Amino acid sequence: MNVLIDKLPQILAAFGTTLQLLGASALIATILGVVLGAFRVSPVPALRWFGTAYVTIFRNTPLVVVFIIFVVALPELGFQSSFFFRAVIALSLYAAAFVCEAVRSGVNAVQAGQAEAARSLGMTFSQTLRHVVLPQAIRTVIPPLASIYIALAKNTAVAEAFGVTEATYQLDNLVRDFPGSLWFLFFGIALGYVIIVFFISGIAGLLERRWAVSR
Amino acid sequence: MRNTRLRLLAVGAVAALALSACGGGGGESLLEVADNPSFDAGTTMKKLADAGTIKIGIKFDQPGVGYKDPATDEETGFDVEVGKIMAAGLGIAPDKVEFVETISKNREPFLKAGTVDLVIASYSITDDRRTQVGQFGPYYVTGQQLLVRKDDNSINKGEDLSGKKVCSVTGSTSLKSVEEKYGAQPVPFATYSECVTQLKNNSVDAVTTDGAILLGYASQDPDKLKVVGEPFTEERYGIGYKHGDAAFCTYLADTYKKIVDDGIWKKAFDQTLGEAGVDAPTPPAPDPCS
Amino acid sequence: MSQQTAQPAPKPDPKGKKAPKAKKAKRVRQPKVSQSSVLFDVPGPKARRRNLIGGILAGLAIAYVLWLVLRLLYEREQITWDKWTPFANLGIIRSLGEALGLTLLAAVVSIACALVFGAVFAAGRLSDHRWLRWPSIAIVEFFRAIPLVLLIIFLFIAYGNVTERFGALVIALTLYNGSVLAEIFRAGILAVPRGQGEAGYAIGLRKSGVMIRILVPQAISTMLPAIISQCVVALKDTALGLVISAPDVVSVARRIAINPQYDNILAVGLVLAAIFIAINYGLSRLAGWLEARQRRKGRAVVQVTNIPDAGMGGAATG
Repeated sequence: MNVLIDKLPQILAAFGTTLQLLGASALIATILGVVLGAFRVSPVPALRWFGTAYVTIFRNTPLVVVFIIFVVALPELGFQSSFFFRAVIALSLYAAAFVCEAVRSGVNAVQAGQAEAARSLGMTFSQTLRHVVLPQAIRTVIPPLASIYIALAKNTAVAEAFGVTEATYQLDNLVRDFPGSLWFLFFGIALGYVIIVFFISGIAGLLERRWAVSR
Repeated sequence: MRNTRLRLLAVGAVAALALSACGGGGGESLLEVADNPSFDAGTTMKKLADAGTIKIGIKFDQPGVGYKDPATDEETGFDVEVGKIMAAGLGIAPDKVEFVETISKNREPFLKAGTVDLVIASYSITDDRRTQVGQFGPYYVTGQQLLVRKDDNSINKGEDLSGKKVCSVTGSTSLKSVEEKYGAQPVPFATYSECVTQLKNNSVDAVTTDGAILLGYASQDPDKLKVVGEPFTEERYGIGYKHGDAAFCTYLADTYKKIVDDGIWKKAFDQTLGEAGVDAPTPPAPDPCS
Repeated sequence: MSQQTAQPAPKPDPKGKKAPKAKKAKRVRQPKVSQSSVLFDVPGPKARRRNLIGGILAGLAIAYVLWLVLRLLYEREQITWDKWTPFANLGIIRSLGEALGLTLLAAVVSIACALVFGAVFAAGRLSDHRWLRWPSIAIVEFFRAIPLVLLIIFLFIAYGNVTERFGALVIALTLYNGSVLAEIFRAGILAVPRGQGEAGYAIGLRKSGVMIRILVPQAISTMLPAIISQCVVALKDTALGLVISAPDVVSVARRIAINPQYDNILAVGLVLAAIFIAINYGLSRLAGWLEARQRRKGRAVVQVTNIPDAGMGGAATG
């Protein structure tokens, strides 16, 4: 127990890194995922095909393998960057595939009549999407999106084996000096993740309730 | 007698097979395989010699020390050579040695449970370990050093590491010591191999761990990598055996003495870690078997 | 991710699994137009031409990017004989095959154990007894909220000398996937129309009887696609064994790249990705096919996506 208190600053700093990883990759994954989601519902077959290919590839590849390709092997192609940045790239590309799916099913959940009405007003495809379909889709998208962010928060832990000293790394790091405190360290660090997960699902619940009223 | 001849015949046949299978077997031992050695009844040596096979735990992912090539299934490295030598003294040919992968965590359990007969796996001797298993040695002394790119002359000792990115295995003592002693920026990876990849592509400035392991990587790629610095620590590699088997320890000690005297130890080093372009050190004097 | 169904996902029902089945059945009978037809009408000649031009432009852009990537790979000497021939080497193919066997074994064993774990804890969560329900909730929620990597490292340090690397990996996968399956099972049971259970009570069955004789048999078929999706997750997660150097296909493949003669970590990564994509795509297709069959029969399907939060949890831990 003392270890947890003595090393609290170190553990908290590591959770800071975890949160930075989460924040940066959540942002990039969301943007990329929405673009890919738009590809997947677009009338242009080539874009649809690209979106589908992307999702199939990244959803079926283990995150560890994505890390091997984008963190370990990327410099072979001449891209030099910090390990943090490379980890963010790997996490974002991976999570974007799931965001894309959430967006797509959200769009599909919007009543067909809504889009038809928009079109009958003469809106173009992108106008329909922007003004009518997406605002409604967001509500449906929130629960799966929250799940994706939660998964992402947990996935940042993979970075500990790829050059980033984040929270899970501290279990490895501290248990070496305090082998007797393994259980405390495990539950202490696990608690940090539990808090992050509860926080994300709490916010999602809040948004869902707020926006549900306007339906 | 009849039995021995049969066994000889079998060994001959296996050797021929191994030859024809071009590298499918375990290669050759530097020490000539003993021809029907005699041991006292009831000893581990007698048991192993009668069985004609031995299980030795090694690392599979440390080139130059203990490495199993997925292409050929062949084990190579200094630890592997030592293993083959120890087996040869028991009359066991290299292709009759079964190498088992051990990782740092499972070496003691494997010895206790008899999953392996010996562990030769960059296995440092410590008092704590000696309460659980027998450790003969040291047969090699090394210590924490630095692996850097050959063309990098800015890092020669620990003090040069301040602010540099230094890679090692997640949670290893080596990583902690360079961080705390020299202010290096730690970069954890799952294995040393990934650290070496990152070193070669300029993502990190140095890799740190036991000099022997680093020499192993340097020996694979002597044009690009070199090992620098005086060891910061002393790691004495030992051969693990089942706790309390004093007779076995004596056998290991006798064989070790023989290979040191005959220059076989040096040959084993030159063929493996020595490929990194370093001279063989003086073989260490082992602790007496208690 | 638990929401692995690669098939055109059916429109998630806002009310989720509680929707009456008639509604779902009706939706199935809609003509199988592209799901995107919500957004645009069947294109006329003008729109078709526009789409064609757009398609060609987009196709060219995509092709150009792919070409740039290939050229970069070539310039950086990633497409060389030395880097790719190892995968034609019989020895390496055999080593990879053996390791892949272990990977699949780890996935199969942990899914089998996770099914049991999931059933036990789903029953615990649905129990009427608070002393059973609360610990079940706590355990399931805990294992869904922590990173699988953390769990693997912990189990290995704590019990690795008994379980070995393989065992530590399998136990961690079991605990995590079991917890997700517990949620899937619970959702499946709750998705059975309420009247079914009530009818059971009405004819005098006890709670256990209603469960075993009425709810579970109906729930199982609806949950099958979700369970297969979870297999994909488990298979992907075996790769996390990397953090303890478990002897799986990822670890063995990485050993190829150590050899400076090959020095081909990028090629190794791409081959690993191809192996996993092939297997998982097959599994996803199977899940999609089962789901479509369920829908054809007019039965409800448990939407994994609708299982709250961690449902996709480690899902992504991939």
